[in-house]
Amino acid sequence: MNASVENSLSEAGAAGFLHRYEGLRARLPGIGLPWLAALRDGAAEAFRAQGFPTRRVEAWKYTDLAPLTQAGFGEPLTPVESALPLPRHAAPKRVVFVDGRFSPELSDTDVPVRSLARHLPELEGRLGTLARVDDLPLVALNTALFEDGALIELAPGEDGGVIELLSVTRADRPVTSHPRHLVRLGEGAKLVLIERSWGHGESRYLHSPVFEVEVAEGAHITHARIQQEARAGLHLSTVFARVAAGGTYDSFLLHAGARLSRSEAHVALVGPKAAAHLNGAQLLGDGQHGDCTTFLDHAAPDCPSRQTVKTVLAGRSRGVFQGKIHVHQVAQRTDGYQMNQALLLSDQAEIDSKPQLEIYADDVKCSHGATVGELDEDQLFYLRARGIPAAVARSMLIEAFLQEAIDGVTEESAQAALSEAVAGWWERNAA
Amino acid sequence: MLKIEGLTAEIEGKEILKGIDLEVPQGEVHAIMGPNGSGKSTLSYVLAGREGYEITGGTATFNGQDLLAMEPEERAATGLFLAFQYPVELPGVGNANFLRTALNAQRRTKGEPELDAMQFLKTARARMKELSMPEDMLKRGVNVGFSGGEKKRNEVLQMALLQPKIAILDETDSGLDIDALKIVADGVNAMRGPEFSALVITHYQRLLDYIVPDKVHVLMGGRIVQTGGPELAHQLEASGYGSVQAA
Ligand SMILES: Nc1ncnc2c1ncn2[C@@H]1O[C@H](COP(=O)(O)OP(=O)(O)OP(=O)(O)O)[C@@H](O)[C@H]1O
Ligand SMILES: [Mg+2]
Repeated sequence: MNASVENSLSEAGAAGFLHRYEGLRARLPGIGLPWLAALRDGAAEAFRAQGFPTRRVEAWKYTDLAPLTQAGFGEPLTPVESALPLPRHAAPKRVVFVDGRFSPELSDTDVPVRSLARHLPELEGRLGTLARVDDLPLVALNTALFEDGALIELAPGEDGGVIELLSVTRADRPVTSHPRHLVRLGEGAKLVLIERSWGHGESRYLHSPVFEVEVAEGAHITHARIQQEARAGLHLSTVFARVAAGGTYDSFLLHAGARLSRSEAHVALVGPKAAAHLNGAQLLGDGQHGDCTTFLDHAAPDCPSRQTVKTVLAGRSRGVFQGKIHVHQVAQRTDGYQMNQALLLSDQAEIDSKPQLEIYADDVKCSHGATVGELDEDQLFYLRARGIPAAVARSMLIEAFLQEAIDGVTEESAQAALSEAVAGWWERNAA
Repeated sequence: MLKIEGLTAEIEGKEILKGIDLEVPQGEVHAIMGPNGSGKSTLSYVLAGREGYEITGGTATFNGQDLLAMEPEERAATGLFLAFQYPVELPGVGNANFLRTALNAQRRTKGEPELDAMQFLKTARARMKELSMPEDMLKRGVNVGFSGGEKKRNEVLQMALLQPKIAILDETDSGLDIDALKIVADGVNAMRGPEFSALVITHYQRLLDYIVPDKVHVLMGGRIVQTGGPELAHQLEASGYGSVQAA
């Protein structure tokens, strides 16, 4: 890191981000819109009041943000995109964001995705309706600082097909990006969204997106989230989803990259027979920390929810699973299932798991379970006794462990992208 | 030839094998009988290379190679096969994927070309037909939800695909119905020849009516205490192991 780059970085911690907000404010998109200026200023105030969460905050007990709060960060430079290497398409249609900004050059045309920054005047009363800032400082920061994001609005009955949303960070200097994505499905609409976070470079950086997802009656979204940030990256993302009667929010989260990642999902089932799948897998190697935290609100009767989260830990790594299910008094005949399992491949790996059920309705079926284990010696021996080398046998058993979670992803292209990510992880972490 | 001399082994400080002497010449099929807990499975695990046993003395070689110095996968590659008394379930590992990976791993070490998915399926289907196994067993997880008899047949299928030089069959007949017993025995007999030998562990003389052994050994208290021809199995069936101890 040369001195001139370090000099252009803000001071560390919350104060640095607040100064940046003050410096940038006049240039932020939509700041001329009174409602949005008020939203941003209010969010900045909420962030000032809270600061970054510390481990004394219950929801952050297991994840330490020191790598974020003890270093300085800077603005992304104006993009020069020609030389940027990108991963292969995960879906035929793809839109690309670089450092949090929409890149028309790198994106396919004819995709039902627009740049949020260019349509802000239309979004009063729609943007910021789900994202809470009062108790979520990272969401507050995102609301204050976002420059752009994906805007996906599907009309009733519309089929959006399969879309890849690729967020690339050029990590040649310590940049931060806070994109805000807004996804709204009309009644009975359908969408498969393969969201990929990808980093390129050696520097530390922060990618902290926020999604607001509205699923109207009978609509169905598959949201496959593939986090493949660069080695020194920090990934802190938050998804808010609200699902109306008969709608489905079907998500799968993969944590495969980043030095530190936390993905938070806040999902509310607000109409009868709304459904949520919050599956996921974390593949953590030496030096990585991954945190999958979910809040699921059963706020209507007859809603099913399914959650299977699997974590594989190698080397000196740490995994976190926190899953809270809140069943409101009205949510009779809730059918909830939660399972989280961890596979420890080394003595130095650590997993913290905190399931939490709060049930206020009386006619409810809710089951949850958690296991932590190592590879089964008998299974390993069985494979080796058939001539399969030990390393191959191990990878087969790890894949088998993850299979149940991946099986939950029914969309083929999403499944293929996930399997590829798993194979790549194992190649890097084998031996 | 499988040659075991003075083999002693313990598990968790408890001596189970107390000096096994046994030779199975190439092309021969030998049977081992013996009471519950006498060390038959322990012997087969030690030969296949399972962890957790301490070999305290003796040797075991196959065609002159020191088995005890090899990794389990190396033993398999030299042609040793163990049909498990209790086949292990592998949830999430498809049976077809498992069988093909095993077959190709062994072909690779032998310098033979690997089979692609189509070639493998063709071979596997043919073997399964011979063993009267329904084809959907290829799609299921390895041994997951298989009945006791189906698991045993899956072991024999693996043997038929991997074509070992020596097979140790640990109670492969237990849990088989009468028809399945014949099918499995036919599967073993089909492999018999100058290049194949087998060590058949069983409690029942009935299997040995189908797979007629060259020799029968009695394993008791961690030692081979008697060796004879096929008639020894009939004798044991009639009078039990008490007569052996008396002998
Ligand atoms: N992990 C272990 N710890 C202690 N003792 C063990 C262990 N595993 C096996 N043994 C003991 O070793 C002895 C031999 O067991 P083994 O399974 O080899 O018997 P076997 O001859 O195959 O019996 P069976 O006919 O019932 O299959 C038994 O007394 C068994 O309890
Ligand atoms: Mg036994």
